[in-house]
Amino acid sequence: MKFTIDWLKNHLDTKFNNNQIIDKLTDIGLEVESFESSTSELDTFIVAKIINAKTHPNADRLKLCDVDIGGDKTIEVVCGAPNAKNGLLTVYAPPGSIIPKNQMKLSVSKIRGVTSYGMLCSESELLLSNESDGIIDLKNNKYSNKIGEKYFKTTSEKVIDLSITPNRPDCLGVRGIARDLSAAGAGKLKINKKSNLKYRGNQNINVTIKKEKVQGCTIFGSCLIKGVTNKESPKWLKDKIKSLGQKPISAIVDITNYVMFDLNRPLHAYDADKIDNEIIVRSSSKGESFEALDNKKYILDNDMCVISDRSGVLGLGGIIGGTRSGTEYSTKNILLESAYFLPRSIRKTSKHLNIDTDAKFRFERGVDPLSIEEGLIKASELIKQICGGEISNLDVKKIENYKKTIINFDPFLFEKTTGFNVENKELIKILEKLGFNVSKNKKILKLVVPSWRPDITQSIDIVEEIVRIKGYEHINTSEPVKTRLKPTLNYYQKLFHFLQRSVASKGYLETVTWSFTDSKINQLFKENDQEIPIVNPISSDLNVLRNSIFPNLIFYLKKNLDRGFKDISLFEIGPAFKGKNPGDQLTVIGAVKAGKVSRLSWNDKERNVDTFDVKKDVIQSLCEAGIYKDDIVIDDKTPSYYHPGKSGGVYQNKNEKNALAYFGEIHPNIIKKLDIKTESLVIFEICLDYIKESKQKIKDLKSEYKFSDFQKSERDFAFIINKNFKSQELVNIIKSVDNKLIKSVRVFDVFEGENIPEGKKSIAVNVTIQSEEKTLNENDLDNINKLIISSVESKSGAKIRS
Amino acid sequence: MSDIKKIKDDYIDKLNTENNIDKVNNIKSELFGKNGIISNEFKKLGSISVEERKELASDLNNIKDELQNKILTKIQEIETKEINLKLEKEKIDVTLPERDIEIGKIHPVSQVIDEISSIFSEIGFSVEEGPDVENEYNNFTALNTPDNHPARDMHDTFYLDNNKELLLRTHTSPVQVRTMLKGKPPFKIIAPGRTYRSDSDQTHAPMFHQVEGLHIDKNINMGHLKGCLNYFIKEFFEVDKIKMRFRPSHFPFTEPSAEVDIGYEIKNGKIVIGEGNKWLEILGCGMVHPNVLKNVNVNPSKYQGYAFGIGIDRLGMLKYGINDLRAFFETDYRWLSHFGFDPLDVPSNYRGLSR
Repeated sequence: MKFTIDWLKNHLDTKFNNNQIIDKLTDIGLEVESFESSTSELDTFIVAKIINAKTHPNADRLKLCDVDIGGDKTIEVVCGAPNAKNGLLTVYAPPGSIIPKNQMKLSVSKIRGVTSYGMLCSESELLLSNESDGIIDLKNNKYSNKIGEKYFKTTSEKVIDLSITPNRPDCLGVRGIARDLSAAGAGKLKINKKSNLKYRGNQNINVTIKKEKVQGCTIFGSCLIKGVTNKESPKWLKDKIKSLGQKPISAIVDITNYVMFDLNRPLHAYDADKIDNEIIVRSSSKGESFEALDNKKYILDNDMCVISDRSGVLGLGGIIGGTRSGTEYSTKNILLESAYFLPRSIRKTSKHLNIDTDAKFRFERGVDPLSIEEGLIKASELIKQICGGEISNLDVKKIENYKKTIINFDPFLFEKTTGFNVENKELIKILEKLGFNVSKNKKILKLVVPSWRPDITQSIDIVEEIVRIKGYEHINTSEPVKTRLKPTLNYYQKLFHFLQRSVASKGYLETVTWSFTDSKINQLFKENDQEIPIVNPISSDLNVLRNSIFPNLIFYLKKNLDRGFKDISLFEIGPAFKGKNPGDQLTVIGAVKAGKVSRLSWNDKERNVDTFDVKKDVIQSLCEAGIYKDDIVIDDKTPSYYHPGKSGGVYQNKNEKNALAYFGEIHPNIIKKLDIKTESLVIFEICLDYIKESKQKIKDLKSEYKFSDFQKSERDFAFIINKNFKSQELVNIIKSVDNKLIKSVRVFDVFEGENIPEGKKSIAVNVTIQSEEKTLNENDLDNINKLIISSVESKSGAKIRS
Repeated sequence: MSDIKKIKDDYIDKLNTENNIDKVNNIKSELFGKNGIISNEFKKLGSISVEERKELASDLNNIKDELQNKILTKIQEIETKEINLKLEKEKIDVTLPERDIEIGKIHPVSQVIDEISSIFSEIGFSVEEGPDVENEYNNFTALNTPDNHPARDMHDTFYLDNNKELLLRTHTSPVQVRTMLKGKPPFKIIAPGRTYRSDSDQTHAPMFHQVEGLHIDKNINMGHLKGCLNYFIKEFFEVDKIKMRFRPSHFPFTEPSAEVDIGYEIKNGKIVIGEGNKWLEILGCGMVHPNVLKNVNVNPSKYQGYAFGIGIDRLGMLKYGINDLRAFFETDYRWLSHFGFDPLDVPSNYRGLSR
């Protein structure tokens, strides 16, 4: 909402200066976006001096001028004017300027092979006179010290731009803003002058608001103005329209716009002679069409509120008029409309047709239904004053009467909500100045809500009105109440926190990527999940919700590889979407690791990152987050985007159904498809939702401290076993020989090839044996050795290597 | 006797110049071996008179001690020399690079969320969450924003179906609705998380982060709201004083509503929070609208309280001098390394919010 201080003062008697007004507006909730002069196309033209004019090397009639435009440097301009000479003061237009005469936008151009930066102007080009023989000669020596300054003085007044919240349609008119300011003590609202307008004759174009199942118009007021002379608006009106950032069109259109911005009362003027017999306000039928004032043809749906005549649709009520009945300079008789349209209907129609106009913006938020006559009178007076003509009686048709909103307000609610007290007297004064009708019934105030405030429907709205006008600075700052109702974080929130920092501490950079992704990449990672398209994506490559964290992570990994980084570790913790309903999402960590370990190391041999790097990271992170390493079970079934032979799933224990993590090399096909250039790419993922909270608290676990001081023994074994036999199985078999005595089993060598039969491998393990009751003697140890060998051989088909 | 003394002097001289450990050991056995010179002298003691023996034995013992000490120190001296020589040879260039350090980082958004959670934890708030995909009711209708409300235009919403029933939440406020529907008052929660609007330019990203706050109890008024936010802002920016301004505004789900500005100034091209006479809008808040409370089965005549919504990314940008919002989500390795935080740098009250 834009307006000038001058305009405001048409409605407000105030001693406040501009800055005080600006501050007050902000204080009462009318946020000031800016307060500055409206920019003009003429601002770019500046006073300049030709330092040196020489002949153009390729054209005798042209001159090449060094021009001083203020500042340190001169610029070079090609000029055809005969009067261009050294020392001439003139007007310069830089590239980007729009020349008033032909509305051309200047650009840097080559003229006969020499680049010209802008132009020196003639009076005719600036529409100052018809003189076009030469460039302007600023003889007056007052210009000699103004080089570099604007040639045209900015006369435009500073404009206030308010950002009006959607609940305040009344402040979409200057008068409403003045009223708010007056309530806040910034002056006195001027009383509207009584109109002494004389009416002649009746409005004899019949108006009908049709009874419809859905009728978007409840009141239609109008009057006829006969014998007008439409013309350009006078300067004061043009200035007002320009201050709104709009272009003046003609007096009649400008007046209707002026009244709209003045009173928040949209109007529409029809050329009465173009109306076919009568006005019918009705709902449209599907397929009807009309050409609107924005020069677009609209095809309507059912139940849109239209103003029509016998020939068809004239315009969309409260949204936009049509060209068929539009006013022109030649218009002699006009029908002026001032109506009330229902916000819901306006919103529905304008959304459907995608039209946004000032009228629509206002009706959608709610125009004062009791302002029909006021609008007609104010506009008619101005039209008569500027364009002449005779005004008919006002004709107001309505199908519904306005119902007052009445609120019984208990002033205690104010203190209860805001924490401070305002005397009843002051409170009543504020409300009355805002236009409320206040009567007292014991402690309760009976309030009649002004018709221009559709946003006020209940007591809490009254509280807001009072505190807003009184000033938020009166609200106390109470010390925060530290009472706690429950722990800050629950188990999964803590887990999130632990795992996030745990993974980062393994050398991974955390990133945050969009929750949406490119369906083409998502396809590679979505497994059996359904794709979740976004109906209105921001771009075609962010068109689905991500089913996995990897599509974005891999996409950005590639970007960083392409930037020249070689060894990259990235991770993200966030949602992966499994369906399109609320809650169909899992919290997942996805991590990627590319490149080499010990690249260009002077002491270590460099190698590619591999599956066991990420296996370490994933297991260590899980352990740090409180999962017991001894319970963890690994298997080799993984999603299809992993290398089928070099990846594994991690289970919290052997009975668990869902893998809580996967790790391994990414499938070579994906590297190929996405054209990722790296020596090696390994990934892991952890699904937080599948992690189960331990039933034992840490304080219970710590108290179970046990250790043995008896001598421990270590024995090494090497077995020849089937190549596909999993080392984890072998370890389990050995452990199960005697869970008490066998403290640990460590695989220290795996070997295939020479001396090992085809399809077999050799696994060497180191077993630590220790009793908690005694020192084991040779005999005990021998027995265990034998048991280990026989168990392994019988359960796994392995043979001990001799 | 003088022979012995002479022998001693000779050997002392020898030992003084000797630098070979084997030769020193040879001298040791020459003197103290089974038939060593000194050993033999001791053997002779048996055959002389008691008086002579006393004197001689004492001399002999002194000579023995002196020689033995000399041998011992000589051996130590030579060994030390040899070790030093060996260590000297083993010297390495310790300025050569260490094995690669892999430094991971926490994203600034995560760090700021932890900072925020830590501050609110101090004053008794707990953390709630809600899904990213919401239904129309929780995101709008329950929050007093019916379908025909123009406030909906301020939320450019991503939809997942043509009926506009399922959407990506445009703010964290639906967590209020979920929290209150599943529990009984009082409520005292914050809800940080991802939010989405179909808006994308230099200052807007289609995804961003908000933290919602909600405190509902019997006597919570706007003074508490002011106090809570004042505390939070001061703690968050780690300044002693903060200039703060509450301005009336409008949100359908709060009444009265306010926007909060903090004072700032530009010093040497950098933004300084808390001082100065420029204002920066940082959050929206207000008293929860009675219609919202009714929608979630809380009796508005018994319970009331406040809610607020803060842009997390923006707070982080202000605190840590990050200029470009878009960069948060572009995963540039250089940016992440620079703006990321050490994983051990966990914001907490006792250790300080940031280091």
